[in-house]
Order: sequence, then C-alpha cells, then structure tokens
Amino acid sequence: MSTATHSTASPAVGDQGPDHLLAVADRVAGWATSGEEIEVYVARGDETDIRAYAGEVESLTSATSAGIGVRVVVDHRLGFAWAGSLDESVLRETLAEARDNATFATPDEHVQLAVPDGVAAVDVDLWDERLASVPTTKKVELALSLEAQARGADPRIRQVDHADYGDGSVEVALVSTTGIRSSSRKTTGYISVGVIAGDGDASQTAGGFSVGRGFDGLDPDKATDDAVKRAVRLLGATKGPSGRQTVVFDRRVATMVLSVVSTALSGEAVAKGRSFFAGRIGELVGDPGLTLVDDPTDPRAYGASSYDAEGLACRRNVLIDGGVLRGFLYDTVSASRSGVTSTGSAVRGGFSGTPGPGCRALTLAPGPEGFDEDGVLAAVGEGLFVQSMTGVHSGVNPISGDFSVGAEGLMIRDGRLAEPVREITVASTLQRMLQSLAVVGADVEWLPGIAAGQTLAVGDMQISGI
Amino acid sequence: LVIETPVVERVLSSALQHGGDFAEVFAEDRSTSSAMLDDGRVEELSSGRERGAGIRVVSGETTGFAHTADLTEEGLLRAAEAASAVARSGAGGTRSVGVGPLGDQTHGSGGGASGPRTAGTKADALSLLRRADEAARASGGAISQVQAACGSSRRQVLIANSDGLLAGDRQARTRFTVSCVATGDTGLQTGYESAARTLGFEMFDEVSVEELAEMAAKRALSKLAARPAPSGELPVVLAGGSGGILFHEACGHGLEADHILKDASVYTGMVGHQVASPLVTLVDDGTIGSEWGTFGVDDEGRPAQRNVLIDHGVLTDYLWDYLRARKEGRVSSGNGRRQTYQHLPMVRMTNTFLLAGEEDADEIVAQTPRGVYVAKLGGGQVNTTTGDFVFGTTEAYLIEGGKLTEPLRDANLIGNGPEILKRIDAVATDFAMTPGTCGKDGQSVPVGCGQATMRLTGVTIGGTAE
Repeated sequence: MSTATHSTASPAVGDQGPDHLLAVADRVAGWATSGEEIEVYVARGDETDIRAYAGEVESLTSATSAGIGVRVVVDHRLGFAWAGSLDESVLRETLAEARDNATFATPDEHVQLAVPDGVAAVDVDLWDERLASVPTTKKVELALSLEAQARGADPRIRQVDHADYGDGSVEVALVSTTGIRSSSRKTTGYISVGVIAGDGDASQTAGGFSVGRGFDGLDPDKATDDAVKRAVRLLGATKGPSGRQTVVFDRRVATMVLSVVSTALSGEAVAKGRSFFAGRIGELVGDPGLTLVDDPTDPRAYGASSYDAEGLACRRNVLIDGGVLRGFLYDTVSASRSGVTSTGSAVRGGFSGTPGPGCRALTLAPGPEGFDEDGVLAAVGEGLFVQSMTGVHSGVNPISGDFSVGAEGLMIRDGRLAEPVREITVASTLQRMLQSLAVVGADVEWLPGIAAGQTLAVGDMQISGI
Repeated sequence: LVIETPVVERVLSSALQHGGDFAEVFAEDRSTSSAMLDDGRVEELSSGRERGAGIRVVSGETTGFAHTADLTEEGLLRAAEAASAVARSGAGGTRSVGVGPLGDQTHGSGGGASGPRTAGTKADALSLLRRADEAARASGGAISQVQAACGSSRRQVLIANSDGLLAGDRQARTRFTVSCVATGDTGLQTGYESAARTLGFEMFDEVSVEELAEMAAKRALSKLAARPAPSGELPVVLAGGSGGILFHEACGHGLEADHILKDASVYTGMVGHQVASPLVTLVDDGTIGSEWGTFGVDDEGRPAQRNVLIDHGVLTDYLWDYLRARKEGRVSSGNGRRQTYQHLPMVRMTNTFLLAGEEDADEIVAQTPRGVYVAKLGGGQVNTTTGDFVFGTTEAYLIEGGKLTEPLRDANLIGNGPEILKRIDAVATDFAMTPGTCGKDGQSVPVGCGQATMRLTGVTIGGTAE
C-alpha cells in the first residue's frame, strides 16, 4: 500500500498537521477487537470567509473545525458514527456508537471495507504553502477591491449584491484495519461577485468568480468582467418564444448538465436499478462524438485527488467512448455487488458522511480546434444560448432522465448572440440529449465542482415561453 | 449544554474589548441519528454529535464571526478574540455585560422538565422502515426499488447577547421519507413522499408510514403511463399542501429583509401596495403546532412569532432578523436562523402559508376546461431580484373538460413572482402543510409551506409536448 504522507506541517496548523491526524486515526483503529473491521476518517480544516458590501466588510468569518467518522463492519453488517470533535472521550463514544449501529444492519455479503489493491497513487499536489502566510488584511483588501471594481465597471451596474473572498485548507487521514493508510491535504481559494444591472425598471443579475489553490492567482478582473458582461447583456430580456431549438449551453451551465448525468453513472445507482444506463454497457447511448472520462489524477481538475474516500488510488476511468457506454464508477461495496473491482471512485461529504461512488473530474473529449464559444455558436447558426439554468434539483430526474429547467440567455441568429430572453424553460430527456449532442467545445475550463466546463450544443430541445 | 452565566458574561465582555456595538454567543449541542433501508436491506445506521459555539461581534456595518467546538471558557474566549478582530479600529475599552434569563423554550418534546416523551429507539426506526418497504412493494408489481429513511435530531441552543438577552431552546425533529422506482415499458419513474415534524417519535402516532409508502409508490406507478407534460402557458390548479412552495419561491424569499435592504428584491418599496390577488393573505408563522419550521426561539434568541406578510393582496411587511431590523430601527420578526453554530444567522422563513379560501377544491377543477393539475410539487428556486422562479412537479395530470385525465411526466413550471401572484383566481378550503428544506447562501434550514387547492389563470409549463 502506497501512502503519500506529507510530513511538512504548515505554519497554520502547527503540530496539528497530517501526522497528528494519522496518529489519531491509528489510535482509534487500534481499538478494534477481533472479528470487527474499523475504518477511521479524521479531518481538520481552517477557513476564512469575507464578504464586502458598499465599501465595507459586511462579515468576516474565521474558523477551525475537526471531526471524525468511523465505520465498523462486523459479520457483514455496517455501522457508522461521526462527531465534530477529536477529544479523546468523543473518539471512544463515536466508536462505541458505530459498533452499536452495526448490530442493527441487515447482514450483506457485499458489505466490506476497502483493501489495498496495489494501484499506486498519483501524487497530485493540491497544497499551496503560501496561503497560510497571507495576512487577513490582504484578503480583506481583495474583497473590498473586488466590490469596488464591480461597482465601477459599468454605469448600468446599479448594485453589487455580494463580493466574497474565501479560502480553506483541509487535511484528511484515513486508516483501516484492512490495511488502508493514507493522508492528503488541500487548499482552496476563491473570489465571487454578484451584480445587478439596471435599465429603467428592469433588473438583471449575474455572477462571476475565480478559483485557485490559494490566494495567489485569483483574478478579480475575470470575476468582474464575467459578472458584468453576463448581467448587462440580459438587459431588455423578454419572455422568449416556444418551439424546438438547438440549445448551446454556456460552459458553466454545461458543467451542471454533466454533473447530473454523472449521477446515473454511479455503480450503486446502476446496481440498485436507479439509473437509465443500467444494463446498457456496450450499447450506443450517445452521439458517436461523445467520449466521457472521469480523471481525478489530472492536476488541473478542481476535484483532483490522489486518493478516493476509501483510501484507494484515484484513477482515470472511461465511462462513454465514441458514444458507447463502457463503464460505471464504483466504490468497494457497489463493486462487490456488481461483481467487479472498485474504480477508486469513492467520495464522501467530509467526516459526517459515508462513502459512495461518484465523479470528481469529468470531461468530454474536446471537439475540433477552434470550437470555443464563438466557434460553436457559428457552427450552430440558429438556436438558443443558455447562460444560466435554475431548478435542476426540481426538474431534472437522473433516474427517469426527464429534463426540464428554467433558463435565461440569448437567441442565436446568424451564428452570433442576438436578443436576450428570460423566463423560459428548456426540456428534453437526458437520454435524448446525449443522442442529440451536436457539438462539444474545445474550450475546456476547470470550474469548481466535479465536471469541466465546455460549451455544448444539443439539438432538438423544447423551449417553453410565450 | 451548560455554560455558566458568569462565563457567558465574561466572553461577551471580551468580545467587545476592542470596541463594537453588539456581541452574541450562540452555543449548540446537536445529536442526529438516521437509519436507511434500501434495496430491501437495512444498509446504514448513522449517529452524529456536534457541539460548539459561534461568536458574533458587530461593529458598525461589519460583523466578525468565529466558531469553536471547544466550549470551555478558554475556547470561548479564543473565539471571542478572533471575532472581535473586526472591531480593532473601534474605541475599545472595557465594557461589562450582564445577561438575564428570557426563558427556556422547549419544542418538539425535546426535553425540559418532563424529559423526552418519545425518543424512539433504533429498533423502532427499523420496524417503521420495514413496514414502509412492505407497503410500497405491495402497491404494485412494477415497484422495482424502495428506499426509506428515518432521521431524527435533537438540538439544544443557548443564545446570549450584549443587549442582556439570555435564551434557550430545545428542538426535536423527526423526518421519514420514502422513494420508489417503478419499472415499465417506458423506462423508470420515481415517486417520493415524506413527513417531517418538530416532534420526537410521537410523530408516528399521527403519521402512517404505510400511507407515505403507498403515496410514493402510487406516484411512481402512475407516471409509467404518463405522457410528456405540455409546453407553453396553461391554467394550473395546485393541490393543497405542496403548492405552498409557489409562495415560498414567488414571494417568500423576496420578502426577506436582507434582499430588501440591498435593493435586490422585486418587492423593495412595495409595502402598502397591492402585490397579489385579493384572495392572497400570506402568513409566516414559526409558532404553529409541530410543523417542520416551528421553534421556540429563533437562532438569535427571539421568540417565534406569527407575521402577516400579505393581507388580501396588499404587502404589509417583510421578514427580519436582528441585524437588518437594527438598521431600520425596529425589532426582529423572529426570522433569524442558522444551519448550525458554524454559520452566521440570516433572514429565513419558518412556516409560510396562504390562508384558506372559501371554494370547494373539486369545484375548482370542475370549472377548469383545460389545464394542468399539480398534485405534488417537488421544489423550486427563485431569483429575488428579477422575481423569476421555477417549481417542479412530481405528480401532475392533464385537466380536460373539468376532469383529471392523463398523468404527466415531471417538469418545471416557470413564472415571475409579482405577475403570478395576481393570477390567483380561486382558493379552496382544504388547507394542508408540507415540510421542506430551504437552502440559501449555502445554509439549509427546515421550513413548512402550505395552502389550500388554488388555481392560477396561466403559468408556463416546461414540458416537451408541443
């Protein structure tokens, strides 16, 4: 089993670094009695969040948190417990509670903890050492200047709803009695701005952001320009016409569409009959130009990671190749249930969650060179460009595949963006959208989340408006 | 959760040592447990425990916030020091703070003198889950998958501030959900139903898990024969209960004072104006019974109260938390809420509902020649600045000749708040509430929505049928 223990503790965490977390995890795992397997996930994080408004700091949050999540497997029964503290007494209580929970589960031969599989982890460096030494005053200055820049960017910007700076560092240690021992750490930084453009009585909103591994490299110009351009170009928007159209999804919207599709590629959803992809391996499920890969070992990906949430090495998984469904994403249990091995795709929502299979870094094989946003618009000619999408949670069903979302954007005429539209819906099914994928942009941008942004054109979608 | 009053006073004094207008300690002790049955097996029992405190210091327009899981005086003082950093430029000096009891509220039989009435054991939860699984599967051979979950939480909070307030609350919440998948020639369809109350397990004296399961199964089964939802504008009848989501989105969020004070709501400056049909009297009430959005005191220590927002179509008031009320020289309306001690409070809804009307629900359908009947809404989303919002159906039927005919596949509906509120032309007597989870700025809180069956003269339906 390879491990990637970073022994250099950053100034911000002092003696509370990854080694300390590994020691905590080792100690709890050491409390295992015969006949039981234990997995201990220990995490610790620091964060700073600053919101600027009207030239002042509206709020400044600084916080440290730590916690533990323990899974116990006894006689093929799983129990879980978590706590938001690493105090000695809490660790013992948490283990005891997980053990008690295990006694109530239904025995299931597939329930087991991950076992080292010999796949070497790719060392993805996600830690910006410099973040810890950036003084809060500099972060405050950045938030304030972002707000001022957005306010002054265009006379039609009548309000800056929020201008935020945020950063965080998270360290995780994972130890199990089945031989897993890994630790990882990562830093993140972001700025985000929301603006309101006004023109007479009408208002339009949009946001812009910039993300990175730390403070350096955050780009207020990009965040501001993006927010202002998007809000201003929607001014004058009216409810668009109903009808069938080719829809071009902006990169930010496309990443949301891919994220929803990924839910149906979960090995657990497939094994439990909750995916429209179930039983279709080897079949043509999309346009032959569609190749979809999840590769968390790509260091450019926002969701890049050396290890999955069960401590196995993350790896590149091809899901759809040339339109043909090739595979699903598995964690240890869903893999066993399906008679395959884990694809190193376990994810979990911090110490309070249990692992399950999921994507971290989805991308579509890019289209031909020159297919940036303008190139895709030119290729499409006539249609609707969607710059923002609402109601994904209420109108997209990854089990049935039904897809219906609220949208705003601009009409595409003669291969260019034309008049703005709002208060319309865009509908199809996910199955049909994959088949009708007309153009994949070459303009890959690693956005926050689990999927890259690429301009996408999908044919034959129903628009509902007037 | 015990913090001695003298400790609280010293922490508040310390929080104001560098100046500042207001300081607050919010301490919380929360335990959660959940059990999930999936694929016929009890797969996961989970328990969690989290305790800590968030300390807020307000200095002019700026709020400093820090939180800690360390509830010792030392830990609290460290957090106070961090939160007070924003006031460094302030006058400083020593300010002694005294707090007095405002009363300890108990909600959801979470404790108090009588102790928990019905805490519910893990075995109780499993028995409920099995009953739900059986009932769902017995509803039809096409039911191919059932997932049932039972979750409960107990939350004790203590709030003290430099205005002398000292308040506490104990809240017990229980939630039961059932999700079904039905498989047919047309693919997979889903159905969902839930019950959630601010109660312990005595919720199940009033709620039949079999009925929840049968309802979820019926929704999935009926949609196997569903046709695509229409595309375009039609009259819509919303059944009592979940239709309340319309008000939550179409105006509830837009009436939150944080949006109002930033001029980021279509309802800014509209108090005293006719903003809805005269049939609309809209209330937000955190005091009612054991509804999901009910509590004793809000997360700023203010007792829950009943607020009339729209009276016969006329906008009467907004929703307020401490910070926004203070700016306007008024008092909070009891709507300051936060997800956990790790979050800053914001203006949030509680239970938001339309008062019942006088018509007969069946008669409203009978008098609709053609339209869509929405038996269940799943969720929604709004842009408060433009007023554009979506809400999604999870059970809907076509109305033809005043009768419900064919079932429809899921779709989002889209509208503009101020326009839609004027299109309500009938409200029935069959009032019902429905529980939901409201997300805002990254924080989730439990809320209730409610209304009686009502009709909208026209809404855009985002289906795929031309």
